[in-house]
Amino acid sequence: MTAGHHLVVEGLHASAGGKAVVKGVDLSVSGGEVHVVMGPNGSGKSTLAHALMGRPGTTVTGGSIRLDGLELVGIPAWRRARAGLFLALQQPIEVPGVLLDAVMAEALAPDGSEEPTAERTPAGIEDRLRREAAAIGFDERFLRRALNVDLSGGERKRNEVLQLGVLRPPFCVLDEIDSGLDVDAVRAVARRIESATEEWGLGVVAVTHFHRLLRVLRADRVHVLVEGRIVASGGPELAEELEHTGYAAY
Amino acid sequence: MALPSDKEEVWRYSPIDALDLDGYAPVRPVPPGTSPDPLAAAFVAGVARDLPERAATVTTSGGAVTSVARHGLDEGVLVGSLADAGEGTLGRVLAGGDALVRLNDGFHPDAVVIDVPDGAVVADPIVVVHWCDAATAGGSGAAPASFPRTVVRIGRGASAGVVEVVAGPPQGRALVVPVTELHAEDGAVLSYVGLQVLGPNVWHIARIAAASERDASLRTFTVGLGGAYDRSRTDAVAAGAGSTTQLRSAYLGTGEQVHDVRTLQDHAAPHTTSDLLCKGAVAGSSRSIYSGLIRVRRGALRTEAFQTNNNLVLDAGAHADSVPNLDIEENDVRCSHASTVGPVDEDQRYYLESRGVPPERAEQLIVLGFFEDIIQRSPVPGSVERLRREVGIRLTEALHIGGGDGDG
Repeated sequence: MTAGHHLVVEGLHASAGGKAVVKGVDLSVSGGEVHVVMGPNGSGKSTLAHALMGRPGTTVTGGSIRLDGLELVGIPAWRRARAGLFLALQQPIEVPGVLLDAVMAEALAPDGSEEPTAERTPAGIEDRLRREAAAIGFDERFLRRALNVDLSGGERKRNEVLQLGVLRPPFCVLDEIDSGLDVDAVRAVARRIESATEEWGLGVVAVTHFHRLLRVLRADRVHVLVEGRIVASGGPELAEELEHTGYAAY
Repeated sequence: MALPSDKEEVWRYSPIDALDLDGYAPVRPVPPGTSPDPLAAAFVAGVARDLPERAATVTTSGGAVTSVARHGLDEGVLVGSLADAGEGTLGRVLAGGDALVRLNDGFHPDAVVIDVPDGAVVADPIVVVHWCDAATAGGSGAAPASFPRTVVRIGRGASAGVVEVVAGPPQGRALVVPVTELHAEDGAVLSYVGLQVLGPNVWHIARIAAASERDASLRTFTVGLGGAYDRSRTDAVAAGAGSTTQLRSAYLGTGEQVHDVRTLQDHAAPHTTSDLLCKGAVAGSSRSIYSGLIRVRRGALRTEAFQTNNNLVLDAGAHADSVPNLDIEENDVRCSHASTVGPVDEDQRYYLESRGVPPERAEQLIVLGFFEDIIQRSPVPGSVERLRREVGIRLTEALHIGGGDGDG
């Protein structure tokens, strides 16, 4: 995969629970780029993340999301995932009895238009799971467990990044990937994402209200989201500025 | 004795009023030397393949013992029929009973008796298969009624696992009324799996009576898959101080099936714990009833008792009732119950979809996982393969796997 992919969000409006939350967001992310969306609690960050992925109950009321020209608005979440979008959830949930490798196998199963490849065999998936686990310090014993069952909050977050590494999508949305992680874990996770931007040209939209993620993850663009709108955009210096001044200015 | 009625609390929501005993007659005993029913032989062979490590295998025809095979089992362990056992073998832990238990008392042709002496450890499971005949398709007259009876006693400090399978032909009407007694003596470990895979036109009304004495550990897992009406009632008495009881049940309804699970966690001694988990799914027009009671008797201090019932409702025409009850006569106890009834969790499905798993497949994985979660914790580890297979076959039907292309 090359860094020739584009995720373009234009004039996005979305509501959750019948309430308008995202009120006109524009983003243009190219493969290999890291865009960080920062904002205070309640600014609409999570709703933006779920609107991009297509969560039932989060309704896009206007605008468009195009991945390499393909309109994602109106198509179900699994098709968006197949088109190349990955969402790392803020609170990954338990799915009892469903093994991680089984889900990865389903996620990588050809849908008819794709050729099966070596990475998609059970052995290939196993191999990737082990490599990714080692890369982020995810205990290999957890690979045999049902999805997130009996995992701590921090292990669940690592599990999301692990799956990202196995699936290798062109784009990912990280919803507060740094919350609930200790400093070492933030570093490990951020390093893995950083290296993925070069390894396969991963494009990143990281939603967060912490700055610490940015100590390792190199942001190309920083956007400030307040009340559902991007009120400022800039380079990494904008995050530094926010660390000192907070969001009060917006 | 009159048949029960759905006016009684323990039969509430059940179709018991529709039971017409005149439509059934006890199966005739198989004359000695008769070659075994090929269907039954094939079924037993399949069970043997899925449970390659067995301490003994017992087969019955409608409860009449037809074969006992020991696979290197210690001679001191009794596995046989009523004639091999002493007086008073039956009824040790089953005090009284309703009209259906009385029917079994009156009509059971024999009993499978498993008696593990004090201190003996039986590592591999003892497998019992009750083959229960059904009326041939289109046949007239009374349909067969079977009354299997099984008694398991694990002596002091001994341990053993038993897998009891109730099965029959895939077609035809029948009535099957099994009674199983499980007795764990002081410090014993008794593990039991009951699997019911009768045909879809069979009424199955089962009773398990269990008792655990001082410091004993008793674990049961009953799985109801077949039958038109499938009822299993498990009464477990914590009779001795320090005993531990774990009750697990699973059911899966398809078509017009009714699954009816009743449990009693009866704490009659101090420092006893019981933990119940019952998981079921209903598809098509099937329905299920779970009703469980935790009873803490006066004097059963420091009792800990838990009860959880989770139901998945897979189709709009299906229905599940869940009725947990507590009856607590003592103060210093810790008891809780919880139940859920609903469709596949939307967040779980979205989570899998966000990985690129199509919705139908996500739902299948979640429902398979719902059962896998309880199957893999079977008290008899050797039974897992068979349980997975039997549940898997019926889930394929319930979830329409393989039929049509779906959206994928």
